[in-house]
Amino acid sequence: MATLEIHDLRVTVEADNATKEILKGVDLTVKQGETHAIMGPNGSGKSTLAYSLAGHPKYTVTGGTVTLDGEDVLAMTVDERARAGVFLAMQYPVEIPGVSVSNFLRTSATAVRGEAPKLRTWVKEVKEAMEHLHMDPSFAERNVNEGFSGGEKKRHEILQLELLKPSIAILDETDSGLDVDALRIVSEGVNRVRENGEVGTLLITHYTRILRYIKPDFVHVFSAGRIVESGGAELADKLEEEGYESYVKGGAAA
Amino acid sequence: MAENTPAGSTTDGAITVGQPVEQPADARVSAAPSYDVADFPVPNGREEEWRFTPLERLRGLHDGTAEATGSLRVEVTAPEAVTVQTVDRTDPRVGKAGKPVDRVVAQAFSAFEKASVISVPKDTVLTEPVRISVHGEGGVAYGHQVVEVGAFAEAVVVLDHTGDTTLAANVEFLVGDGAKLTVVSVQDWADTAVHVAQHTALVGRDASFKSVVVTFGGDVVRLHPRVVYGATGGEADLFGLYFTDRGQHQEHRLFIDHDTPHCRSNVAYKGALQGQDAHAVWIGDVLIRAAAEGTDTYELNRNLVLTDGARVDSVPNLEIETGEIVGAGHASATGRFEDEQLFYLMSRGIRAEDARRLVVRGFFGELVQQIGLPDLEERLMAKIDTELEAAVG
Ligand SMILES: Nc1ncnc2c1ncn2[C@@H]1O[C@H](COP(=O)(O)OP(=O)(O)O)[C@@H](O)[C@H]1O
Ligand SMILES: [Mg+2]
Repeated sequence: MATLEIHDLRVTVEADNATKEILKGVDLTVKQGETHAIMGPNGSGKSTLAYSLAGHPKYTVTGGTVTLDGEDVLAMTVDERARAGVFLAMQYPVEIPGVSVSNFLRTSATAVRGEAPKLRTWVKEVKEAMEHLHMDPSFAERNVNEGFSGGEKKRHEILQLELLKPSIAILDETDSGLDVDALRIVSEGVNRVRENGEVGTLLITHYTRILRYIKPDFVHVFSAGRIVESGGAELADKLEEEGYESYVKGGAAA
Repeated sequence: MAENTPAGSTTDGAITVGQPVEQPADARVSAAPSYDVADFPVPNGREEEWRFTPLERLRGLHDGTAEATGSLRVEVTAPEAVTVQTVDRTDPRVGKAGKPVDRVVAQAFSAFEKASVISVPKDTVLTEPVRISVHGEGGVAYGHQVVEVGAFAEAVVVLDHTGDTTLAANVEFLVGDGAKLTVVSVQDWADTAVHVAQHTALVGRDASFKSVVVTFGGDVVRLHPRVVYGATGGEADLFGLYFTDRGQHQEHRLFIDHDTPHCRSNVAYKGALQGQDAHAVWIGDVLIRAAAEGTDTYELNRNLVLTDGARVDSVPNLEIETGEIVGAGHASATGRFEDEQLFYLMSRGIRAEDARRLVVRGFFGELVQQIGLPDLEERLMAKIDTELEAAVG
């Protein structure tokens, strides 16, 4: 059973010639089959946590450990982490001109699965996954994220989630910028993956809206680089009513 | 590959419309075109046409000190219908497409001993390409070649450059009325070679000329692909691909002279650069003269910078002296392979070297398909992979 264990994680970034500590000791354990919502105000470090787990080179881990089934994730390169089963649906997916979606998907599936998927079953698999997400087949011929609308980018991230079948899925504000229809479609995609019971999900969000579609087992409030409160789904209702004020120092919004 | 310009690169260009310009694109040079090297002053590097070129690496081609002591092995393989002749400079076909435009190619014109003329008779449609292999065996050489395609004939000519040399040359393409000529010139030189050449096409009435310039090798490569139209209805497609590695200087200076009505031209050059002091220069001068009504032209140059330390100078230049045209445009962009792109691909399990290959193949792929020569397509993609692998190490 896949388990991601984050212990006392500390992360800095270089900004304006200064080193700034963003994550100040994060502790969290995510097991296969579980869904953890991480909720917090803008700037609290949620994306920093997501990027650090995926191994983005801009973030320097200065302390703590991250293991996946006991394996040291922090010692792995970005691509090794992905092949080990960590997937990050990004808040701001990157344009890759000249590389078509279909070529990209096949290349990453080949890398993650360790062998090229059989062409016939692969075509069917992609077609079905795209249909589920209400994506037009012509989408596959477009260049990765180039000229995609906000909603298309997020659907494309969830399409990858469905095809790559990670053991740990980190979804960074997958809900932001989506209208209600798109939010529903994307959430259904996440739920299809969750239903297999094989993925541990870290659902990062600013709003409670997505939690109407994706029911978390645990809710964690993130503020100023650490988890400040944890609870069950009911904690989200409290946040819905009261906002983040009581968690932010001095009551001021970050 | 955001459309941004990395440090150490320039991407400027100009479109001038309306008034006949005092100094047309091609005339912003230190001397008028001429067959005689003595008509050109020895360049000092500050001239418009020399400002990007490392003169000190030309091994004397530019200042008259390079004596033709080297050897060059030229082999022509051609279908039966084709004639191959060796002629001297008095042959009327020699110099017919146009005059040399800079001191080095004028030096080549003044210094060559014998020219070879490859002729495809009129109405002959070749089913196999003509292959000209030019292999440098060291030392300085001056060359002159003419490819002549008769009226309504069709031919593909592949010009392969390999080995080590210091070569200055002129290659002329005389495309007869209604004829179709495709020329692929591959610069696959050893890393020590110096190659300066002018490739001039004279395109006949309703004729089509397609040029594919592929530059991978060489220490310094400086080419002038040029097109002039002899009569109306001519078309020219100029494609180019370059892969500029550490320390290499690869310069392509195109000129299309629309002086005749109802002609079309289309230019697409793409280059990738990697390594310290890789330097690519692309100059695209298109001149639509007052007489050239009904002209349709478009030129594009794109560069992909894969590593720090590489430099691109891309200068499209479109000058239009008549408003009675079908279309005219240009585009130039230099992008970087960004760390964010590498991260995105790697976060999907793709290894760094595979990510790079995916992006570079994607970058060139569209152009390679547009070229429309399936045999060449595979060879080019394989070569691009090799170039990439060489860089990863
Ligand atoms: N790459 C970076 N360079 C500089 N500062 C950063 C970088 N990434 C995040 N930060 C800073 O870290 C803090 C947390 O940002 P982020 O993790 O994006 O928060 P959230 O996702 O919760 O909105 C912010 O103050 C932000 O400015
Ligand atoms: Mg964020």
